[in-house]
Amino acid sequence: MTRLILRRLALLVPTLLGLSVLLFLWVRALPGGPATALLGERATPEAVSRINELYGFDRPLVEQYVTWLGQLVQGNFGVSTRTGRPVLDEFLARFPATIELSLVALLVAVGVGVPLGYLAARRQGKLIDHAAVVTSLLGVTIPVFFLAFLLKWLFAVQLDWFPSSGRQDPAMVATHPTGFYVLDGILTREWDAAWDAFVHLVLPALALGTIPLAIIARITRASVIDVQHADYVRTARAKGLSATHVRSRVILHNAMLPVATTIGLQVGLLLSGAVLTETVFAFPGVGKFLADAVFNLDYAVLQGFILLIAVVYALVNLMVDVSYGLIDPRMRTR
Amino acid sequence: MRNRWQIVAGGLVVGLALTACAASDRDPEGGADDGATSAGRDTFIFAASADPASLDPAFASDGESFRVARQIFEGLVGVEPGTADPAPLLAESWEVSDDGLEYTFALKEDVTFHDGTPFDAEAVCFNFERWNNFTGVLQSESLSYYWQKVNGGFASSDVETLDGTGKYESCEAVDASTAVVNLQSPLPELISALSLPSFSMQSPTALEEYDADGVTGDGEAPVLPEYATGHPTGTGPFTFESWSPGEEVVLSAYDEYWGEQGQVRRIVFPIISDATARRQALQAGDIDGYDLVGPADVVALEEAGFQIVNRDPFNVLYLGMNQANPDLAEPKVRQAIAHAINKEALVAQTLPEGTEVATNFVPPAVAGWNADVETYDYDPDRARTLLAEAGKSDLTIDFNYPTNVSRPYMPTPEQVFTAIEADLEAVGITVNPVPDPWNPEYLDKIQGGTEHGLHLLGWTGDYNDTYNFIGVFFGGASNEWGFDNPELFAAINDARYVADVDEQTAAYEEANAAILEFLPGVPLAHPVPSLAFKDDVQGYPASPVQDEVYNVITLGD
Repeated sequence: MTRLILRRLALLVPTLLGLSVLLFLWVRALPGGPATALLGERATPEAVSRINELYGFDRPLVEQYVTWLGQLVQGNFGVSTRTGRPVLDEFLARFPATIELSLVALLVAVGVGVPLGYLAARRQGKLIDHAAVVTSLLGVTIPVFFLAFLLKWLFAVQLDWFPSSGRQDPAMVATHPTGFYVLDGILTREWDAAWDAFVHLVLPALALGTIPLAIIARITRASVIDVQHADYVRTARAKGLSATHVRSRVILHNAMLPVATTIGLQVGLLLSGAVLTETVFAFPGVGKFLADAVFNLDYAVLQGFILLIAVVYALVNLMVDVSYGLIDPRMRTR
Repeated sequence: MRNRWQIVAGGLVVGLALTACAASDRDPEGGADDGATSAGRDTFIFAASADPASLDPAFASDGESFRVARQIFEGLVGVEPGTADPAPLLAESWEVSDDGLEYTFALKEDVTFHDGTPFDAEAVCFNFERWNNFTGVLQSESLSYYWQKVNGGFASSDVETLDGTGKYESCEAVDASTAVVNLQSPLPELISALSLPSFSMQSPTALEEYDADGVTGDGEAPVLPEYATGHPTGTGPFTFESWSPGEEVVLSAYDEYWGEQGQVRRIVFPIISDATARRQALQAGDIDGYDLVGPADVVALEEAGFQIVNRDPFNVLYLGMNQANPDLAEPKVRQAIAHAINKEALVAQTLPEGTEVATNFVPPAVAGWNADVETYDYDPDRARTLLAEAGKSDLTIDFNYPTNVSRPYMPTPEQVFTAIEADLEAVGITVNPVPDPWNPEYLDKIQGGTEHGLHLLGWTGDYNDTYNFIGVFFGGASNEWGFDNPELFAAINDARYVADVDEQTAAYEEANAAILEFLPGVPLAHPVPSLAFKDDVQGYPASPVQDEVYNVITLGD
């Protein structure tokens, strides 16, 4: 197990290195320069060249890359040209928001997706099965941003059941020891604040969670159908185990293995979906800042954030694999 | 052992509890006014479109920074409410010597900064000296843009061309309430310029304590000091409370404020970068108001019961004619184009209600605006004749315009382009449309290169000064216009430093007439910028130069 973890961590290094080269070249290939974005519409050529000099955009590409990499190794992800603050600080300041949103979205996806898929498999060909198939088909076909707009227009603008934007009511005065607003409200016993933060999470989390929900439901359904006809299930039944035991222990346990992997993969999807969802709901997380960075040509933020997201994604996948190994003993010997 | 129903039920509870119970809270009460703003109606929530660039206004030149700065800080000079004209603020009055070199400010007494530091002549001189002695990175335009623009330079500069070019010489604190600023050469726009938030008075104590000039970073990139990110200290009606980047800026009332405090005790600027999201936040009752309302949204919001507040226009939208293009270098062609455009129809069809048709490159509120300039009235026949005279009856011309952008002076560039295109084609000019995204392609093409023909652009003024418009456009040769007319440049640049106000106004009037005679482009309109508010927000102090301080606003219950 330890070797698995170490090997995976070692593999992370070349992966990130390759990604860093791609990112660097991609960002440089974007049209225009950050100086005009920074200085505005009446910038003189002298001012533009001064900014380029200041930020090093005028030096040879290889030199820029090596400099950047050297700083990365020391934990220096550069400075946002837009806010003038370290990229790592900007990332860490927004990361709790995105985690909180992703967790709730994941909760929605797993909490609804798994039972839905399971029910559909057990009632194959019945109404609930058809409903589940249609739901999951819709879920994967509707683009995230469209769903986000739809949810917002209906439940925030028209019905006013939920707030339309942000992480908390602007009029709310609350303290944030951890940066996870719901948790903060609970820790500080500011129940209003906890509730308010939660209410702000609902629509974005629904928008963000729908695709993973659909995928998880489909995989669960397929997996349960697969497993319930397996030989060992028949054997278990033949050995006289109770129907309940077979369903909950044998079928569910074995059917959950591919579902666990799928859930792990969805975490990556959540992070990329967060860019769109957070933008629509003006939810101040990593995704929205990244989207803003695209419009502002904030090179350092683009490079740094995508790299940091990649690290998070890789670490989450590693954790998924480790937990997979805990569930499935066969993994451990490999 | 759990059975499957327990598992299913558990999952459903987790999943559905989120939606069901959350909905039940806001639903029964309904109504747009509860929830978000019911918690005591002394909080004013105004959506910002971006984070401030810096909370230290001396390092800012963007509208969002200024919006926040205007609540926290005050300058020596303010503006008359609703106009762009300078008015006393922290200086109760001022005298300018006949040679235009000595400015004596009589300061308001019994004013304190938010940290308790008294506001006095020493503090005034501290601020002037600070601006003039910025060094290194602090001299970059992304930080001290306005001091550089207005003063012309710094005490010393590592950029040779800027060394010793500043107009500021010294500042004396004669007594606690009298500060004298001495200049090396006249700068008549100084008083107007001092109304800019960049020249706000800041607490010397706080500036030193939080290392305001300590921009760090290893030369690779500036990192703003603690002062500019978390300790702005001024004399205004609101004090800084918190800034969560990307999320919100929060201010609260300053109890020791020297003036009227008003009803608003707390201001929150939630940051909502998307224009549609700002409109929806207002419709959902999450915010009290927002700026830069799209013309298309104005009618819809009004019909839904929201208030639309218009600022007096302090901008100009123009059609540029790049003379690097040989066809446009021909004066008769430029005149023909000017006569071909139906400006009244253009304004009626594509710009917000209340927009004025432009005749000068400055708005009428600015000194030096000239009623007697050549106006090139709409006359398609004349346009055709002029084209024939120039031998260009079958003219084909590139027309650059930006896409996906909304500027205060140009809310819908595509529509403006379409209207002008139709006018030009009507007189026999074939238009070759060249659309480009605003940033960076469009601006790069127009300002960075010579490869463009006709183009749409404009400008919103910073303060009441003619040079701030025509100097920006025609102060010297540039890629945008592609002509070199030393006489015109000299006329404009000389007018800038005429010490006597009346003489200066006359000089600017002449310059404006000369510009329209030469016709480098066609001024089109002065569009009205709109703000939108909930119906119970009263007394928003709309200002052409956006000098809008929220202590005068009243909020309903």
